[in-house]
Amino acid sequence: MTYLEVRSLSKRYGDFTALGDITLDIAEGEFVCFLGPSGCGKTTLLRAIAGLDPQSSGTIRQKGRDVSALPPAKRDFGIVFQSYALFPNLTVADNVGYGLVSRREKRAAIAARVVELLAMVGLPDAGPKYPAQLSGGQQQRVALARALATSPGLLLLDEPLSALDARVRLRLRHEIKALQRRLGVTTIMVTHDQEEALTMADRIVVMNHGAIEQVGTPQEIYRRPASAFVADFVGSMNFLQGTLMAPDKVQVAGVDLACPGQDGLTLGQKVNLCIRPEDVRVRDLPQGTANRLTVEVTELDFVGAFCRATLKARATTDVAMTADFSSNLIRDLGVERGTQLDVALPPDRLRVFAA
Amino acid sequence: MPSTKVGLSRDDLIMRGGVVLLAALLLVIVGLPLWALLAKGFEDRDGKFVGLANYVSYFSTPALFNSALNSLHVAAVSTVIVVPLAFLYAYALTRTVLPMRWLFQGIALIPIFAPSLLPGLALIYLFGTQGFFKALLGGGSIYGFDGIVIAQVFYCFPHATLILVTALATADARLYEAADALGASKLRVFFTVTLPGAKYGLISAALVVFTLVITDFGIAKVIGGNFNVLATDVYKQVIGQQNFSMGAVVGMVLLAPAALAFVVDRLVQRKQVALLTARAVPLVPKPKPGRDFVFTLICTLVSIGILAILGMAIWGSLIKYWPYNLSLTLDNYDFAKFDANGWDSYWNSVEMAVGAALFGTALMFTGAWLTEKTRGFHVVRGVVQLLAFLPMAVPGLVLGLGYIFFFNAPGNPLGFLYATMGILVVNTVAHFYTVGHLTATTALKQIDPEFESVSASLKVPIWRTFSRVTAPICLPSILDIAIYLFVNAMTTVSSVIFLYSPDTKLASVAAVNIEEAGTTAAAAALCVVIVLTSAAVKIVHLLADRFLLDRLQAWRRR
Ligand SMILES: Nc1ncnc2c1ncn2[C@@H]1O[C@H](COP(=O)(O)OP(=O)(O)OP(=O)(O)O)[C@@H](O)[C@H]1O
Ligand SMILES: [Mg+2]
Repeated sequence: MTYLEVRSLSKRYGDFTALGDITLDIAEGEFVCFLGPSGCGKTTLLRAIAGLDPQSSGTIRQKGRDVSALPPAKRDFGIVFQSYALFPNLTVADNVGYGLVSRREKRAAIAARVVELLAMVGLPDAGPKYPAQLSGGQQQRVALARALATSPGLLLLDEPLSALDARVRLRLRHEIKALQRRLGVTTIMVTHDQEEALTMADRIVVMNHGAIEQVGTPQEIYRRPASAFVADFVGSMNFLQGTLMAPDKVQVAGVDLACPGQDGLTLGQKVNLCIRPEDVRVRDLPQGTANRLTVEVTELDFVGAFCRATLKARATTDVAMTADFSSNLIRDLGVERGTQLDVALPPDRLRVFAA
Repeated sequence: MPSTKVGLSRDDLIMRGGVVLLAALLLVIVGLPLWALLAKGFEDRDGKFVGLANYVSYFSTPALFNSALNSLHVAAVSTVIVVPLAFLYAYALTRTVLPMRWLFQGIALIPIFAPSLLPGLALIYLFGTQGFFKALLGGGSIYGFDGIVIAQVFYCFPHATLILVTALATADARLYEAADALGASKLRVFFTVTLPGAKYGLISAALVVFTLVITDFGIAKVIGGNFNVLATDVYKQVIGQQNFSMGAVVGMVLLAPAALAFVVDRLVQRKQVALLTARAVPLVPKPKPGRDFVFTLICTLVSIGILAILGMAIWGSLIKYWPYNLSLTLDNYDFAKFDANGWDSYWNSVEMAVGAALFGTALMFTGAWLTEKTRGFHVVRGVVQLLAFLPMAVPGLVLGLGYIFFFNAPGNPLGFLYATMGILVVNTVAHFYTVGHLTATTALKQIDPEFESVSASLKVPIWRTFSRVTAPICLPSILDIAIYLFVNAMTTVSSVIFLYSPDTKLASVAAVNIEEAGTTAAAAALCVVIVLTSAAVKIVHLLADRFLLDRLQAWRRR
């Protein structure tokens, strides 16, 4: 069931269009990430949904109710900011119970709910402390507990993890995701960290220049990027410049390569042929494997779990790409700088975009 | 393209209502009195409109016009003396290693706690007709230009020093290290790094001193002799000759340089970009015996000068009959002998200062909060900002005069305030509104802008967040504003000299009256009582800040 409907939403600052004609549906219970480079309008969209910085035009419906013109206080959401915005002069318990007190609930009921919330975010003993006495990750959880205290229908998170160090960030990713799944609260998280989006989101909204580039599950976004921008922004991608010779054939520097059938492009058009470094195949290349090339390894960078190799085609050095080789593969085949290899670019892993 | 009109929540309505009320209040206590003054300048004694006639007669009366030139002359010379002196002192405080730095810092502030006539009185004891060192003047007289300048230097010194300390304290150590690494000479570093860094502070200090001198009334009154300046002219026209229209004209002439200095300062400060980026490394001076000795010497001399003037006033107030009977007595503190109000004027001052501190602080902080946090409503918020800035550009005498014309006008429903303690409090709050408003605004800008968003999402009324979170966090700034108002209310003369009634006479005004009647010792005694009171309040504030706040605000500790 659609929980949030955004229709033709625009936001202008003077002549500058921060958001142009955004249309988006979010289902109940879904975890959606807004992903995009800095300044693409993620925060603007989130704040428009909250009513904090209202849109210039367009409508927002939440649970069937038109909230487009409602002030934030009349909408139903909880929010966590990058700065957490915890009240420094109130204890953790008072912060978490902040939204409960004004609902005229019984003191004991509030206290019980605060205990429950703190236990839920894994800080059962933090109640009497002040925010300044907690680590960044702990403050983040308190902010989350405070936002969830009033059981909002929609949880908004603006780069909640970006101020934390890598290790804490990794752990909190899982915790937030697990908590969200348990509570089933519809959640929108803004991030510019693609790994965060890929691991946490049910669906990702990739944005650029105030517009949506693609909406899809992490797998869809990664496997079938809808635009060159998405292909480039999410994960690593090789861009090989070529010409579309047939609906399923691209010529790159004189070499014909098979690709999935294209229908949106015209023959003879300049295109980019894209392949992810980990999709370059080296082993199991039986006779007649499509898109087979002989390449030379010109660089080999150790990246930890794998090595990133720079490959140049032997036939024409104009074709260069990177490929990820596992440590096993490097050991088994004795790959080093200068090694010659046969590789294949599996057609089903290739994407073609107009150049 | 108009934005989607977003409905207003109850919070929005309350906030907007508050902003409208604030705008109306500021209009009444700042805007309309100034308007009344402006209008008065175009009327004759009977209230008939006469166009520019008063101005024509002002500029064609050499005696009056000369005062304007005198004012500019005194202000220019005082500025040229105070600013370099304050720069040296501020440089010593921030860039060298001084023994007992806190003491030098404290001494530099002393003049702030005194009414401006105090240095005038001290100079009379030292160099007056019967002064100790009269012989040093060699037939010259301290009454007039020289006396005013010396007293002004004392009075303006802390204001310039505070600005320059701030300007010099915000230095980035990395710039100096870079200059050092490049092998620049000390002199070159001073002219290429230090001075440009303090440029805006210097301009600001010069403009502030210039304005203070032009607009000050107490010093020229006490030690000006026959040397007339604008401020004393306003007083003479209004109190002496009861010529309100001409008083208004002189007031407008007095307003011009002050307003001009204010506008220039605003324009210059706008150009200033943040020199101190978040990554700047604060400069911590390292000991250097030769330099430190020279600056300690300079600071010691300046401090002796300040203490000598204060000390002279205190000593003078304790002496039986200057200069013939130097035995000590407390007789001069029995104010009833010199002024019908006796000690009442002192208690009036305290009452007024407490009232201004309480009412003013509440108004300024709440007002700044409303202006900062109200969503949308830009036009009315802009009006409030303008009215909040206006008092900074308006000399106290001018504002006080405007109050007479506005509140005393027949048919003004607020007329009942006239000649009450209320009008003194309101006038003082209006006179010092800008600094309090700026202090509060700065404090509010430093706290997380999302607190209000969070409360809205939690459906907590905004005023609750104001009282439970925003105000408690800003408590140190709130106290700063209160103390600022208290001290200024205790010492101010110019803005209230037209507004007191026999029942509400203030200590600073009584001191002017007593001095006028020729009893220097009792006037000095009253000034000393004022200094002691405001300094004591400041010291209590510092102690409270250090010990009490620390305990109350455990949350600040990590
Ligand atoms: N108040 C404003 N006035 C003018 N332009 C603004 C304003 N707020 C945002 N913008 C512009 O709108 C664009 C989108 O801003 P937004 O904050 O939504 O970016 P973002 O995607 O959240 O980026 P980041 O990852 O850096 O947070 C930016 O180019 C920004 O400069
Ligand atoms: Mg953002």
